[in-house]
Amino acid sequence: MPDPYFQHDTTGVKRMYALEMINITKEFPGVKALDRVSFKVKKGEIHALCGENGAGKSTLMKVLSGLYPAGTYDGEIRIDGKPVSFRHIVDAEQAGIAIIHQELALVKEMTVGENIFLGREPRKFGVIQWDQLYYEAETWLKKVGLTISPQTKIHSLGIGQQQLVEIAKALAKQANILILDEPTAALTESEVEILMGILEQLRAQGVACIYISHKMPEVFRLADSITVLRDGKSIATLSRTETNEDEVVALMVGRELTERYPYVKKTPGHVVLEVKNYSIWHKEKPMKVNNNIHMTVRAGEIVGIAGLMGAGRTELAMSLFGAYEGKAEGEVWIEGKQVHIRSVQDAIRSGIALVTEDRKRLGLVLGMDVKTNTTLASLKSISHLQVIDQNEELKWSQKYVDELKTKTASLETAVGTLSGGNQQKVVLAKWLMAKPKLLILDEPTRGIDVGAKYEIYHLMNKLAKEGVAIMMISSELPEILGMSDRIYVMREGQIVKELSHDEATQENIMMAATGGE
Amino acid sequence: MEVKAVIDQQPKKKNIFGKIDIRAYTMIGALIAIWIFFGMLNETFLSARNLSNLFTQMSVTAILAIGMVLVIVAGHIDLSVGSIVGLTGGVAAILSNWMGMPTSVVILCTLLAGALVGFVQGWLVAYRAIPAFIVTLGGMMIFRGALMGITKSTTIPIFDAQFIALGSAYFTDIFGMILAAIAIVALFISMFRKRKSRQQYGFTVSPLPLELAKLFVISVLIFVFVVTMNSYKGIPFPIIFVIALALIFSFIATKTTFGRHVYAIGGNVEAARLSGINIQRHTMMLFVFTGLLSAIAALVLTARLSSATISAGQMYELDAIAACVIGGTSLMGGSGTIIGAIIGAMVMTSLDNGMSLLGMETFWQYIVKGSILILAVWIDIASRKRKTN
Repeated sequence: MPDPYFQHDTTGVKRMYALEMINITKEFPGVKALDRVSFKVKKGEIHALCGENGAGKSTLMKVLSGLYPAGTYDGEIRIDGKPVSFRHIVDAEQAGIAIIHQELALVKEMTVGENIFLGREPRKFGVIQWDQLYYEAETWLKKVGLTISPQTKIHSLGIGQQQLVEIAKALAKQANILILDEPTAALTESEVEILMGILEQLRAQGVACIYISHKMPEVFRLADSITVLRDGKSIATLSRTETNEDEVVALMVGRELTERYPYVKKTPGHVVLEVKNYSIWHKEKPMKVNNNIHMTVRAGEIVGIAGLMGAGRTELAMSLFGAYEGKAEGEVWIEGKQVHIRSVQDAIRSGIALVTEDRKRLGLVLGMDVKTNTTLASLKSISHLQVIDQNEELKWSQKYVDELKTKTASLETAVGTLSGGNQQKVVLAKWLMAKPKLLILDEPTRGIDVGAKYEIYHLMNKLAKEGVAIMMISSELPEILGMSDRIYVMREGQIVKELSHDEATQENIMMAATGGE
Repeated sequence: MEVKAVIDQQPKKKNIFGKIDIRAYTMIGALIAIWIFFGMLNETFLSARNLSNLFTQMSVTAILAIGMVLVIVAGHIDLSVGSIVGLTGGVAAILSNWMGMPTSVVILCTLLAGALVGFVQGWLVAYRAIPAFIVTLGGMMIFRGALMGITKSTTIPIFDAQFIALGSAYFTDIFGMILAAIAIVALFISMFRKRKSRQQYGFTVSPLPLELAKLFVISVLIFVFVVTMNSYKGIPFPIIFVIALALIFSFIATKTTFGRHVYAIGGNVEAARLSGINIQRHTMMLFVFTGLLSAIAALVLTARLSSATISAGQMYELDAIAACVIGGTSLMGGSGTIIGAIIGAMVMTSLDNGMSLLGMETFWQYIVKGSILILAVWIDIASRKRKTN
């Protein structure tokens, strides 16, 4: 290797790092997203960044790519040993940093060449030099092993090819530091092979790659070093040859379980939901987001669904609720009767309720008040001949405000002005009013304060005691462990493990979720 | 204790038109200012005869605006109402003049025609997911063309006196007073019934004197309106259509599940869908309503002009949209009231009427109306920003 930076001994420790992030601290109102994180990447190395959902990986990369400008965080960033401060994404790009996002950021209606040079088109007197653009685009495409014409429109390419175009675009910016965020989430196995080959080539050329992934086998195949983040702190940086999957997973989840959960041992009743051989197709692409799911949820039982982002948990919930656009196959039984749910109305009629993960976008009409949001899904029960009984409406919404201790100035306060926890209580009230047999909760405590969290846990226990079957999707392992009677672990659209409350530990759930041994 | 505290803070009482927000009060203020302004410049503006004319003039725009509000609240738009007015007006004239149908048959068939075109457009928007802007823009041209086709581009006069009465008759003085009396008594009865029902539920009600005072003011306004109209020829017939339709659609908008669902769809279509609301059926119904209301407006217009012309209703969709927007309906969807739109229609018509009385040239009239529309929305956006900051 002729690269001088790559010689560990002669040029000194500092100079061999392409990137050093030192003591990065980033705070959001009320939360410390990053707490004195240090992260160093050498030239010509593939460095994996591992951590649970919400561990701070994305925040760290946003700091690095200039999305959070210098000054909004504490700490220092050095590129090739020189301190830098990025005030804008463009600054980071000029310093040779390129990020490839999980969701591809390509303009679908434009050609490959146009995308590669988007915003940096070669021009003379403001006129784009198309010949030069396409000529150069083609050379970059060859570097990533793509033999397509640069005049092809993006939308006619497969996801894998689009991913490679993204990489070509990053390389065309002369990136020395390449960030890949979950690059294989949408790729087929052969495309993953191609991607790995390219990354190995880039490593040989001295590019520093930051590889964010949930998938342990990939990490251990590719990475030279692994840094584990947990709860906004950098826990350890390990050399691949000196560690193993068990150790990495243990570090990822290794927090102490200090939080207490009001777990109550329950005696589950009859089967409320039974799903057999259930598969869901992606709404656009010819691939399955869920495959061959078998599961049951009983009355009075809280079943946790664990898994990492993109494991297909939300899609499963939406599909059971008749709200996922992709086609579903297989059987769904509710209380011993097979049901065919084609719309949300069907689902509500069958006794299913879904508290969605994104309450602002999917759960509430923010401009409407507490009362109207509460009754929105069960207006029928308080109406005669389509006319709403407004007194009944007040009575019911008041009942739920009292029961859930929702803090609101009045029943006619717009829900958009309430705090996250109180908004969530309004969503819960809406679905409690619909009297469901099966209540699906998707990230029920995300982004809400501790007090409201505990009230929601107690409510879940109370509902279970009343015989409601509860299915809880959560990315917070302690919550899953603390509240569930039974746990299904999902990975890549499949249920890979079923654990009882007593069997489950952070380690065995994470192991199953990451595909480790 | 806590229960009571929460309930106490509820707004006193909503009137039949639903919540009148501050925006609507500003609009009423603006309307009064416009009236005083024109009244000072030209004394005939506030005369009974002119006010009677003004109300008749505004009836068509107001009827169209009533349907338009709900469409806009749901996040759509209907550009075809003007052409539907023309087309269904032509249908009515053909049935009445060429085919000699009795008035009742003419009315029924015209309404059916309006509902049908609305149904087709609604189906395309709701079930075929073609943007309402495109469907109704196409509809605007198609219906205008169809009107020219069926009338062979001629003006068809109406001779049926009964039909003409729809647009130009007046109620006798006595009947007007009886109507006013009925309205006032109905207001009082509904207030007392509502109070009683709320008390049965244990909710607090606002103090009786306050409610009585409010009703008294409204009663006086009704009385003054009837006396003013009676001092000319009596209450113009078309106004009754506007009032009746405003009451019916305000009721639909604020008291029924349908209305509630429409506001939810406009406020957040995804949340509405995930609450089990049938978006498609509701969307289609809205266009049936605008079609139907356009047909009613067509009957009034054709009767008032006692003829159907190929240019009838041209640009009316823009007047209706402007009336809604001036009346506080957000083009983003989710908010807007019927009463606001009626006031908006009154503002637009008062400007038309007043400027014509002053003898202002037509080009000025267009420029002023356009500027007022932009100004109204500007003020609204600015005040909303101040509120959120």
